[in-house]
Amino acid sequence: MHIIVCIKQVPNTTDVRIDPVTNTLIREGVESVINPFDAYAIEEAVRIKERFSGKVTVLTMGPPQAETALREALSLGCDEAILVSDRKFAGSDTWATSYTLSAAIKKIGAFDVIVCGKQASDGDTAQVGPGISAHLDIPQVTYVKKIVEISATAAKVERMTEEGYDIVETPLPCLFTVVKEINTPRLPSLKGMMRAKSAKPLKWTAEDIGAEPGSLGLDGSPTRVVKIFTPAPRKGGEMLEGDTTDVSKELVELLKDIAIH
Amino acid sequence: MPASIIIFLEKCTGCTLCVKACPFGAIHMANKKAVIDMGKCTLCGACVEACKFKAIELKKDAGAKRDLSGYKDVWVFCEQKKGVIQSISFELLGEGKKLAGKLGVKLCAVILGSGMDSKIAELSERGADIIYIVDHPALKSYQDDPYTEVLVKLAEEYKPEIILCGATTIGRSLVSRVAVKIGAGLTADCTGLDIDEKERLLLQTRPAFGGNIMATIITPNHRPQMATVRHKVMKEAEIDKSRKAEVIRKNYPEDVMKSRTRLLDVIEEIEETVNLAEADIIVSGGRGVGGPEGFAMIKELARALNAAVGASRAAVDSDWMPYSHQVGQTGKTVCPKLYIACGISGQIQHLIGMQSSDVIVAINKDPDAPIFKIATYGIVGDIFELVPALTKEFQRLLNK
Repeated sequence: MHIIVCIKQVPNTTDVRIDPVTNTLIREGVESVINPFDAYAIEEAVRIKERFSGKVTVLTMGPPQAETALREALSLGCDEAILVSDRKFAGSDTWATSYTLSAAIKKIGAFDVIVCGKQASDGDTAQVGPGISAHLDIPQVTYVKKIVEISATAAKVERMTEEGYDIVETPLPCLFTVVKEINTPRLPSLKGMMRAKSAKPLKWTAEDIGAEPGSLGLDGSPTRVVKIFTPAPRKGGEMLEGDTTDVSKELVELLKDIAIH
Repeated sequence: MPASIIIFLEKCTGCTLCVKACPFGAIHMANKKAVIDMGKCTLCGACVEACKFKAIELKKDAGAKRDLSGYKDVWVFCEQKKGVIQSISFELLGEGKKLAGKLGVKLCAVILGSGMDSKIAELSERGADIIYIVDHPALKSYQDDPYTEVLVKLAEEYKPEIILCGATTIGRSLVSRVAVKIGAGLTADCTGLDIDEKERLLLQTRPAFGGNIMATIITPNHRPQMATVRHKVMKEAEIDKSRKAEVIRKNYPEDVMKSRTRLLDVIEEIEETVNLAEADIIVSGGRGVGGPEGFAMIKELARALNAAVGASRAAVDSDWMPYSHQVGQTGKTVCPKLYIACGISGQIQHLIGMQSSDVIVAINKDPDAPIFKIATYGIVGDIFELVPALTKEFQRLLNK
């Protein structure tokens, strides 16, 4: 079984702070980490491999420093790592990103399952996973919270919905996007860390993956950001004081209109 | 020639305005001149706007200007589950009407399902001028393949200018595929929509970095312009019983209706009746609730307010509440009218999932808890006393 897991390196949100004077994001000293949802994707890919034997290829598109994220994935049980990196990718929206990743996957060759995190914590779009499956024209199941059964040719999974979940059967090859509930990621093993240290992730450029230049980066992106602004930070309001009965009455009075509506 | 960004060193005064403007931390100063780290730059152009000395230029390959005049009308993909049109669809019809008015085009509802004729009146009353219906047993419940194929076929034939869809599980899975197949621009999870009337462009505003920054996005040279829209941000369309829409029924051959995946069962977990994304009020519990027993009083307060129950990651990871109730970075993003946080300290990962709520109430025994920094009303105290007291007061108010 060959499983491909697509990950993204993102700024660690715990470090995100707003400059109180300029009201902008402070990026200095912000550590880059693997997107939180992708940790579950890596773990699930490794678990599938362990059930069947085979290999897990971890793939990312990003700047050269994204190699750190790939090494971390290798320490967590992935076998091969590929960094797709080129200045031509700058400004990619979700259309161009999913196109680029799908072109890299075509170059990788045969696979059985692609696993992605539900969404990335910086963009929050949840569009790249489905975009990849559309470019590759393979079936997808999004928001997967459990793989119930999986064989060499098909899988039965649970897809999280607003009301509960759906049970869906899909032939392989297919693409899953996964949510947190699917597993508890393991910690890196010592052996994994040693291997990750000496591993040399493959580096592919736009030319290597045979991508259409017009479909890459800003030029290949139908959408354009025209304005970026920081909303006024939310300020703390009123502290209510007094004994339990008094503050409860006061708060209910303040919230009366919302509660009745 | 791919897109690129250049700094004219002779014009750069080293004022650092661009460094402050860059949302991606991609600019630093070296020898009193701005330097862009291309590894981090996304070519968003925020620095170009910020520079008072015209020292930064963003070169885009404009490409051949495409003729987009054949595209018209505003479409709303109306999501149905078990034959019930979801409330987000009415919110989108309300917003779509405004956009269609500014563009001087029609508002169209698109509905896929089985036995959908009974929904014509409901969609007409909510303001649709045209209703496109595709009725087939294979479309009874959502399946990625046939829904994608049908929406692609409809869009290719009728060429809408704009397609709006709820930022729901179904919506995000569906239109991401449709946009790729028809080469359209798609913007996720919008919280604001408007029209640039001169250019006939949809201005799509959305939060990123958990709401820490906002971005306005356009699709200049591709049609349709597609957007998914967050729950509860737009106002539902008013009901007007006198309205009658034109109905266009479409049928497609069986191969369009084929699904590679098979939906075996739909399970509803009806522990709580109100779903988080659609709730006007959410009562949430965190580590301070102490255990699954503590959530009984949280649920009690939620019941009194007809609210949904939320939980912090700490509470979910301790198995006090199922994951489907988790609010925050690795859970759900919510923006109700009222969010009551009980025993939640307010880690950044939780805050980015709920800080756009209209009113936030925080109850916590620790006066230094970060949640108080964003709460509209804060109470320092024991949740085990305060939550039951509040429940009683609300029950009295609402005569329950």
